[in-house]
Amino acid sequence: MTAQEIQALYRARKAVPSEVAEELIRRIEKLDPQIHAFAWFDPDSVRRQAGALQKEVTPRGPLWGVPVLVKDNICVEGVPTTCASRILAGFRPPYDATVVGKLKQAGAVLLGMSNMDEFAFGSSCEHSCYGPTRNPWDMARVPGGSSGGSAAAVASAMAPLALGSDTGGSIRQPAAFCGTVGLKPTYGRVSRYGLIAFASSLDQIGPISRTVSDCALLLQTIAGFDPRDSTSGNLPVPDYGKELEKGVQGLRAGVPEEFFIGGLDPEVKQAIEAAIEQYRQLGVTVSKVSMPHTEYAVPTYYIIATAEASSNLARFDGVQYGHRSSNGQTLLEMYTRTREQGFGPEAKRRIILGTFVLSSGYYDAYYGNALKVRTLIKQDFDRAFERVDFLITPTAPTPAFRLGEKIEDPLTMYLSDIFTISVNLSGVPALSMPCGLTKSRLPVGMQLIAKPFAEDLLLRAAYAYEQVAGWHRQKPNL
Amino acid sequence: MGISVKDVEYLAHLARIQLTPQECEQFAAQLDEILVHVQKLKSARTEGVPPTSHVLGLSNVFREDRPQPSLSTDQALANAPEREGPFFKVPRIIDPTT
Repeated sequence: MTAQEIQALYRARKAVPSEVAEELIRRIEKLDPQIHAFAWFDPDSVRRQAGALQKEVTPRGPLWGVPVLVKDNICVEGVPTTCASRILAGFRPPYDATVVGKLKQAGAVLLGMSNMDEFAFGSSCEHSCYGPTRNPWDMARVPGGSSGGSAAAVASAMAPLALGSDTGGSIRQPAAFCGTVGLKPTYGRVSRYGLIAFASSLDQIGPISRTVSDCALLLQTIAGFDPRDSTSGNLPVPDYGKELEKGVQGLRAGVPEEFFIGGLDPEVKQAIEAAIEQYRQLGVTVSKVSMPHTEYAVPTYYIIATAEASSNLARFDGVQYGHRSSNGQTLLEMYTRTREQGFGPEAKRRIILGTFVLSSGYYDAYYGNALKVRTLIKQDFDRAFERVDFLITPTAPTPAFRLGEKIEDPLTMYLSDIFTISVNLSGVPALSMPCGLTKSRLPVGMQLIAKPFAEDLLLRAAYAYEQVAGWHRQKPNL
Repeated sequence: MGISVKDVEYLAHLARIQLTPQECEQFAAQLDEILVHVQKLKSARTEGVPPTSHVLGLSNVFREDRPQPSLSTDQALANAPEREGPFFKVPRIIDPTT
């Protein structure tokens, strides 16, 4: 069921929150031992929340009784929030992230915490201290990452809605691999207060859902200025649902030629080209655009993101929360052993790389230069949006790959984010939605990109395509 | 580029992480490969290009300096691996023999 279908049941008095909760609990208990999308799940907590909502005389809030899954790096008061890392084992935040507070205010039922790559470092959900999540469409394949648990849970109908976070594609790539909708909002559209930081100049929280209108519903709930996140934008939030049905007649779309390169899977290419043709038929003017600095996106990202990560992860030192090694005699030994035991291999690799690019003698050549190239990448988008309203690209170069296929080869893994990364570097919003299935029934994702704070246009363009294409009605065989 | 095992050991020290000899060797090879890929950035024309640190150009966000509700001492210490009274407890920092 989608969030809107659940809401329709409530309105028609055909179901109450406890019944919806029980149905999802049954489904999770049946499917999750195999898919492993949850990092934490407590059916009694779900029952308690749903029961409490029913006692309210007048149903309140736009998500009343709708279960929402939260990524394991977004703080929920009193609930284990661990970034799928041993170093945060047992951590129960003393406060709610702003987005979680908004969900509670809106009447949502918090369903649990979703599995992810440790600290959101990864594109496959294999780098988790809880073990990998599997792709509901093919259990031998990865769900993508890092928000793989959120996307897999939504795709397998264990959750109608989920929150993810996106630093280099971590919402959109798993959404593409699992055949769901995933939106990375504009940098500053959604508060990051209570999101455990990975790379602070790139991170955004966003919705994962099965339909575009559900995506609009969840974005509506979490968007907006927050004085506790000084990077959030103080701009009014439009009514996203209202914009959806405006249609796309007369809009201008751009197709960046640099995104159609060697290494792009032929079935992905075909699906995107078919979608572009459908946009033409809907009255969209499609033209080619050039984004000449696209080839620099991955190297720029892996300098900036690891630099920021190495700095952000310095706080995990065994002093205030989480794991502490018991075999350190001195403070320094306590630090080094705690971090040795607490971090997985990818976290260690990124901390070392980030420390290198920031270290004396290399700072200007790597980090300083990357910040300048970032400007060039952003200018590519600025120029494109002078001519077009939105961009159409593939979300990922291939459909979901196999478990274990890239885990030993970090560089190949990094290159799977090639189409999503420049969006984070530029701060613009982008959405991934299903646009086809391969011959072996793996979902293909299409990415739509718009200018800052144009989420309304993005959702409108996505909705128009979804209604004629109907890929959201395809489901994995479970 | 040439990242040696010794370089990785030094970086691990800076980052306060103990690595095994196998990890140092593996990371040296992998970082080398990543840094070769990153060399591509040298061909970008960045003369006179300003760096971007905030994509929307926000800077210096101020607010009134007024006291606000915050966590109690017990809440702040609730997750501490070790505490003593109202403090986080850590191993000895200053060596009394020096």
